[in-house]
Parts: sequence; C-alpha cells; structure tokens
Amino acid sequence: MLYLVLAIPLLGSVVLAFTGQHDGAREINVAFSLGTFLATCALTAEVISGGPLFAWNREFYIDPLNVFLLTLTAFVGLTTAIFSRPYMRVERDHGKMTPNRMRLYHSMYQLFNFTMLIALMTNNLGILWVAMEAATLTTVVLVSVYRTPASLEAAWKYFILCGVGIAQALFGTVLLYMAAEKVIGTEGGALLWTNLDAVKAQLDPGIITLAFAFLFIGYGTKVGLVPMHNWLPDAHAEGPTPVSAVLSGLLLNVAVYALLRCKVLTDGALQNPLAGQLMMGFGLLSVLVAAFFLSRQKDVKRMFAYSSIEHMGLITFAFGMGGPIANYAGLLHMSVHSLIKSGIFFAVGHATQKAGTQVMEDIRGLIKVSPTVGWGMMLGSLAILGMPPFGVFASEFLILTTAMREQPWATPFLLLALGVAFASVFSRVQPMVFGETSVKPLRHPPALIPVFVHLGLGLMLGLYIPPYLDAWYRHAARMIGG
Amino acid sequence: MTGLGVASQLLEIVMALLLAPLLSGWINQCRAWLQNKSGAGLLQPYRMLHKLFNKESLISEHASPLFRGAPYIVFGCMALASAIIPTLSTDLPLSPAADAIALVGLFAVARVFISLAAMDVGTSFGTFGARREMLIGFLAEPALLMVLFSASLISKSTSLTTIVETLAHRHLAIYPSLALAGVAFTMVSLAENARVPVDNPATHLELTMIHEALILEYSGRHLALLEWAASLKLFAYSCIGLALFFPWGVAEAEAPLALLLAMPVLILKLAIGGVLLALLETLSAKMRIFRVPEFLATAFLLAVIGMLVSILLGQ
Amino acid sequence: MMSELVGQLINLLAAILLMLSFAMISQRRILSLIHLFTAQGAILVAATLLVGYATHQPHLYVSAGITLVLKVILIPLLLHRVINRLDVRWDVETLINIPMTMIIGIALVIFAFNLALPISKLSVSIARGTLGIALACVLLSFMMMITRSKAVPQVIGFLSMENGLFFAATSATYGMPMVVELGIALDVLVGILILGVFMFHIREEFDSLDISHLEKLRED
Repeated sequence: MLYLVLAIPLLGSVVLAFTGQHDGAREINVAFSLGTFLATCALTAEVISGGPLFAWNREFYIDPLNVFLLTLTAFVGLTTAIFSRPYMRVERDHGKMTPNRMRLYHSMYQLFNFTMLIALMTNNLGILWVAMEAATLTTVVLVSVYRTPASLEAAWKYFILCGVGIAQALFGTVLLYMAAEKVIGTEGGALLWTNLDAVKAQLDPGIITLAFAFLFIGYGTKVGLVPMHNWLPDAHAEGPTPVSAVLSGLLLNVAVYALLRCKVLTDGALQNPLAGQLMMGFGLLSVLVAAFFLSRQKDVKRMFAYSSIEHMGLITFAFGMGGPIANYAGLLHMSVHSLIKSGIFFAVGHATQKAGTQVMEDIRGLIKVSPTVGWGMMLGSLAILGMPPFGVFASEFLILTTAMREQPWATPFLLLALGVAFASVFSRVQPMVFGETSVKPLRHPPALIPVFVHLGLGLMLGLYIPPYLDAWYRHAARMIGG
Repeated sequence: MTGLGVASQLLEIVMALLLAPLLSGWINQCRAWLQNKSGAGLLQPYRMLHKLFNKESLISEHASPLFRGAPYIVFGCMALASAIIPTLSTDLPLSPAADAIALVGLFAVARVFISLAAMDVGTSFGTFGARREMLIGFLAEPALLMVLFSASLISKSTSLTTIVETLAHRHLAIYPSLALAGVAFTMVSLAENARVPVDNPATHLELTMIHEALILEYSGRHLALLEWAASLKLFAYSCIGLALFFPWGVAEAEAPLALLLAMPVLILKLAIGGVLLALLETLSAKMRIFRVPEFLATAFLLAVIGMLVSILLGQ
Repeated sequence: MMSELVGQLINLLAAILLMLSFAMISQRRILSLIHLFTAQGAILVAATLLVGYATHQPHLYVSAGITLVLKVILIPLLLHRVINRLDVRWDVETLINIPMTMIIGIALVIFAFNLALPISKLSVSIARGTLGIALACVLLSFMMMITRSKAVPQVIGFLSMENGLFFAATSATYGMPMVVELGIALDVLVGILILGVFMFHIREEFDSLDISHLEKLRED
C-alpha cells in the first residue's frame, strides 16, 4: 500500500507530462489525486490497526507522527486538484495558460505531491533532504508558470533563497551523520531516523548542537521563519492560486515536520532545551514580524502569505515549548491551518479571477455577485483569525494557555500579534466581501466544494475531535516530547 | 665558526653577485624565445653593466649627497640579503642574522632609500615612481612577512636557516599551508621585482612604469649599481622561494662535498624557476595600477589563510 | 607512512579548494569563474578518489565519478553554452568592492575554522581536519551569492556551495549513503537545468541578467 501511495502521483506526473495539455487533463489530475488520497486512507487504516510500519529495508517508516500528515497532504492535494479544475479553465480562457504551460503545471503538480509524500514517509534523513530540495524545484517551476516578470522574479528569489537555506540543512545532515557514524558505524544506516532515535542519548552533544543550528536554518527557511521568510510572500503572490494553496497547506507543514524530526534527536542528545529555545525565539519573532507586515499589504494573496508566516511561527513556538499539551496544540494547529488556509486560497482564487486583480482595494462586494465565494472568504478569514468555534481557536487557545503557564513572558507578545493580525486582516476582508460591487460573474462556476469541505473540517476540529484522531495526536505529541 | 663556514659564506656572496645578472639574462632570453624573438643573449646584462661602469655618471646640480649615496646603500642591502639567505649551505657565519623579519627589514631599507633618492632631484617622474613604489611596498611587505610566518609556524622559528633545515630534513611531507604561502609568495615576488602583471621591466612607457621611473635620473656607474641591485633582488627572492618551498639539495654543516653538489642543484633550480617566471610573464597581461592593491591584498589574504590552515590542520 | 602521505595530500587538496573559493570571490570575469568552478570540481574529484583509496570505500569512487561527470564536464559545458547564447562573458560587477569582500571572507574563514575545530577532533576520518575548510568554502560561496548582482555568478556560487557541502560529506564521514548521494546529484542537475531555462526567460523579460532588476517585489 505504501508503494502505491508513492507510485500513483509519480505515474500521474509521467502521464500528465504527455497528456497535460488536453482538456481532460484537469480531470486526470483529479483522478490521480483521488487515487493517492484513497491509497493513503488505506495506508492509514493499516497503520491504525497494525501499528508503525517499515518498508524497503527500513528506508520508509510510518508512525503516528507522519501518518496523519500523510492523510492531510493527500487530502489537500485532492481538494486543490478539484479547485484547480475550474480555476485553470478560466486562466486558459484569459490566455495566461498555454497548452504547454498547462502540461507543465499538471505534471509538476503531481511531482510535487510525490516529493511531499516521500519527504513524509522516508526514514532516511538524507532522503528527506533530497525530497525537500526536489519539492523546492517543482514549486519553483510551478510559481514561474505564468512567465510574467513578477513571477520570474518571485521564482528566482525563491530558488536562490531556499537553495541556500536548504544547503545549510544538508551541512547539518552531514554533521548529524558524522555524529551517528561514531555510534552506529558506517554499516547499517546511520542516517535512518529510527536508528538515530534509538541511540540519540549517545550522540555527541557538540556536533549535534552545530548540526541542529544548521538544520534549523535550513528547514526554517522552508518553514518561512523570520528572517528567512522573504521568498514566501513573493512565491505565494505570483504563482497560480492552487500553488499558493499547496505551498501554504502542504509544503510549510512538511518543513515543520522535518524540523520536528530533527528536534526529537537533538533533545535526546543534548539534555538541554536549546532546540526548543531556538524554536520559541524564532517562532515568536515570526509571529510578531508577520503580524505587523500583515497590516501593510495591498495584495490579497500576499496578505494571506504573511498570515501563513504568522501561523508557522505560532506552530514553531508551540513545538518549541514542548510537552504533551503544546505539542498536541501544535499538531492540531498544523492540521487546521493547512485546511483553512488552503480553503481561503481557493476562495481568494475565485475572487481574484472575478475581480481580475489581486489588489484588495479593487475587489469589492463579492457577496453580491457570488454569495458563496464571499461567504467562503469571510468565514475562512474569521476561522484563520482564531474565532470560535473553528479549530484554530481551539489550538490557539491551547497554545496561549500553555504559554501563560510555562513561558509567561511570551504571552503578551503573542496576544499583541494576534490582535494586530485580527485587526488588519478583518478590516481588509470586510470591504472586499461587502460593499459596492465591482466584480463580474465568470463563465465557469466556481469549485465551492473544496472551500466548504475545508471550512467544515476546520469547524469540526474546533467542536469535536474524533477519538481515533485524538489518540493519534496524543501519541504523536508524546513522541515529540520535549 | 669554521673555515669551511667562512668559505661557503664567501662562495655564496660571490656566486650571488656573479649569478644574479645571469639569472636576469636567462629570464629575458626565455621571454624572447616564448615570444618568438631571438633575444639579446644570456650575457647581455653583463655587457650592459660593463658599458655603464665605463660611462661617465651625470648628476643633476640639484642633487643632494643622498642621491649619490643611495645606489651604494641599495646595492649593499641587496648583497647582504643574498648573503644571509641559506642557498648553498645552512652553516654560514652570517646565519644568526638570517631572520625573516630582518630580511624584510633589509628590503624595506633599500626601498626607502631608492624612493627618497628618486624624489631628491624633484622631477615629476621620480616622485610618482616613488609613490607607486611605496604603494606596492606597504602592501607587499606584510604579505611577505605572512608568507615567512607560515613557513616559520612549521619550524617554530623565524630564523631562515632553521626553517630551511627543518623543511629539508623532514622526510617527504606535504604542507597545505605552504601551498597557499607559495602562491602568495609568487604574487609578492612579481610585485616586488617589477615583473609583468604589476610592472613591465622592458618598457619605459611613462604612464605605467614603476621601477624605471625611480631610476630615471641615474646614469653611469650609479645606474649600473642599481641595475645590479635589481637583479640581486630578483636573485634573492628566487632563493627565498627555493629555500622555503624546494629546500632539497642545500648543504648541511661540515660537508664540502655537499657544498660542491649544492651549486649545480641551485643553478638547475634557478634555471627552471626562470623559465616558469618567463612563462608566467608571457601569459599574463599587465594590470591597471588601481588593481595592484587588490592583487597584493589577495596575496596577503592567501598568506593569512595559509597560516590559518596550518593552525587548523595542526601541523 | 603511505596513509600519512595520502592524508597530507588530501589536506593539500583541501587548501587548494579553499584557495579556489577565494579566487572565485575575487574574480570579475564570468568565463574565469566557470574555469575556476571546473577546477574546483576536478580537485573535489581528486580528493574523493584519494579518500576512497585511503579508506577502501569503493562507493566513494562512484561518487567521484558522479562529480566528474556532473561538475567537471556537464555543468561547465551547460554554463558555457548559456553564456555564449546570452553573450554575457565579461560583465561581472560586485555589490561590495573586492578587497572588502576578501576581508569579510577572511573573517568567515576564521569563523568556520573556529566552529569546526572542536568538532573535527571528534571525527575518526583521516580527512577530519578539512571539515573547517569545507565549511569555509560553503560560507565563501554563500557570500559570493550575496555580493553578486548577476544571475550567472549567483548560480555558480550556488554550485560551488554544493561542492563545499560535498567535500564536507566526503571529509567528515567518507560520503553519504549512495541513495542520498544519487538524490543530491539528481537535484543539482535538475536545479541547474531549471535555472538555465530561467536565465533565458529573465533575459527575455528584463533584457538583462542583472538581478538588481528583480526588485519589484518588496515591502515598501
């Protein structure tokens, strides 16, 4: 089943590389994503009933931490594929997508999903790095798919910044390998996470400190932590909206996941809270800086990109605090943020297509022309800002209360940042949704199912967490420890 | 001090004085060959020296005694420098004076005097030559010191004889720091000896010359001494390079046979070095004067990195 | 004796690698940059082969082969094609003047050496001393990417950083596992292809390969 999860998107990218320019390609894309999603569901069922799973010489490893991210990734991959069906049709009608670009887009989309799934499932930290780099490459292509000067600029910056950042992570991986080799020996997979986890207490603290510093810079760049965040708003704003949705919903999550894997090892080796402190510090900085940048945005996609930085900072902060409750909150926040933020991007995508612009001042009165899109955006924004009863409220509440108890100094900053973010996002979304209309209806009906499914799931996670999901979260939170 | 020591010291001085013009002639000859010219012959520098010594020395009426004295001081410095560098043997009566810092100091004294003398008569060429010479000097000297320090880190001493003895005696060992220092040293030598990327010894094109501008006012025996000193300087630098980076074949104490053997080995090494220098000069183009500080800063940094590397690798 | 000599040779190659990195940050001409990059790749191949020979790790021969094909032959060839097609052989301007760059470079080298010194003592590899040099190369290339305003030198900086990382892996741990190394090589190759295509697009859209044109997107 595990191989099927990887084989479907890979096959999809090959098939779409040849057929991606045809009209039916959008449906094929959805079909492959659906296949991937079903396969991950089956895999999840297998893990639930049978416990952690190894495959292919222990190179792949599914445990409670990555299995729920896997399902989430496949799910968002599927809904984004559904959303991109009408979205890309409009883009084609506007002449922004030629058949060749369409082919590139579809093929790269599947390849991106493939790299994300590999990064999640691999047990080998080296392969994790390779998959992260490959994910960078595929998204660089996706961001630049319009070939406009702005998108080229965004893609170039994205590549250079993330390339440099992720190179630091490779150096960190080399150092980690060096430390592990002394304990495990050259034979028998000194880069396998499970092996490292077993001997983490014996790893040399000096090397691990340095290794974590490099890994943190490297994967932190990918998470979009301030001050390595510059690529993120550009890449979100200039690429096609489905790409913005998967960047925020999937790529950032997977980068956080990579960071978590490294943190578990570092905590075990160091016996001091250095990794957690680093994560808290940079997480808090990201929350603050992003909140203040939020208030200055004019472009709607840029604004929500900064909101992603803010939430990634919050998640990093939560995992930095550590402990079962904060980890639980971090995991929950990862899931709801991923669902709601991609949902928002779906709504934003339709809204910008209707208005023909991404400048917020020129988007007005969505609710009159297209009530569903307007409500989607309004509810999504409220959800992401942490209004009850959505899931973000639950996780932010948990993070804040834990912070008050364990890191009281940080609480005022967090509250301030959340307040600023609320004021700036809400004051901009409100006139876009209500007010005098300037938008015109489009020929193709919007794909509203993804938006509301995402929002519905986010709402559900705020009200009720199914017991098996709850058990997973608890288990994963215990694993992360800290 | 032994009789043999005195003998080898004398031999070294005489050899330096005699061989230095030959080395210049050899390099010029190689350069001519590489440029498909026939060349003036190996003995041309001797002929030139002979001619200049027999000519009357004209001196400007504004010149001070400094102007007359400078050629002798410069020549003396260069002769002493070639004498203390352990080229043939490490057992020399003057070897206690052969300290790396003293050596750099000797070159600096010569530089100061020739620059003062160039400004003495008050011509504009002399002044700008002096300015450029000082510009090169203030960057080249620290670089040279760093090169010598890299080598002295290995032998834990700044005495040239100790350095050469240490380097020559270890069985084959590769020092990465010396590779970096070697490149830096080559760059410094090119600048100090007015060779091609920095200065062109074969031209009197007024806007680009450095060394020639300095000695423009000299004639007759003074000019001969300065030319001779220049070739001695080149000889001395070549010998430092050989002593630091290719120290094999240098005679030890109390070994007359080794001393005899050391001579042809040295000549062979110098000949090869001369070919390489000519090749380097032919292949590179003269750089703009503004680029020279950059060139020398690179040399300095390379020498510093050499030292850092030797600390890192713990050799 | 023999392994001692090989160890020293590896150190020598490391020193040359560092020297080449310095030469790259002080170099103005793109063509020379490419030559330096090729030389760096060749030194890397030699060092990998030597480490492989000294430690009897046959998989290092394979990785040396990959480096040879990729970094000494294929990528320089691609870069030559790109600069010929775009005709950008001569113009390289730096954002900070070169002596200043070099002084910062020296500071970076000292920083890297300091960082690596305590760690390399813990390694059992024969080339452990060179970890500091590898880190210095990485940081120097990093700086090169920051101080260059043109696309091609930035890419070369990126690639030379990859070289430094590769050297770090070889010297500190006798190379990563084969799967990982193949993956990295594939990433680098695909990355350079994408960047190559990008350069043509950037040229088309901006009429220049000067990255300073790429500053429309920023916070104001």
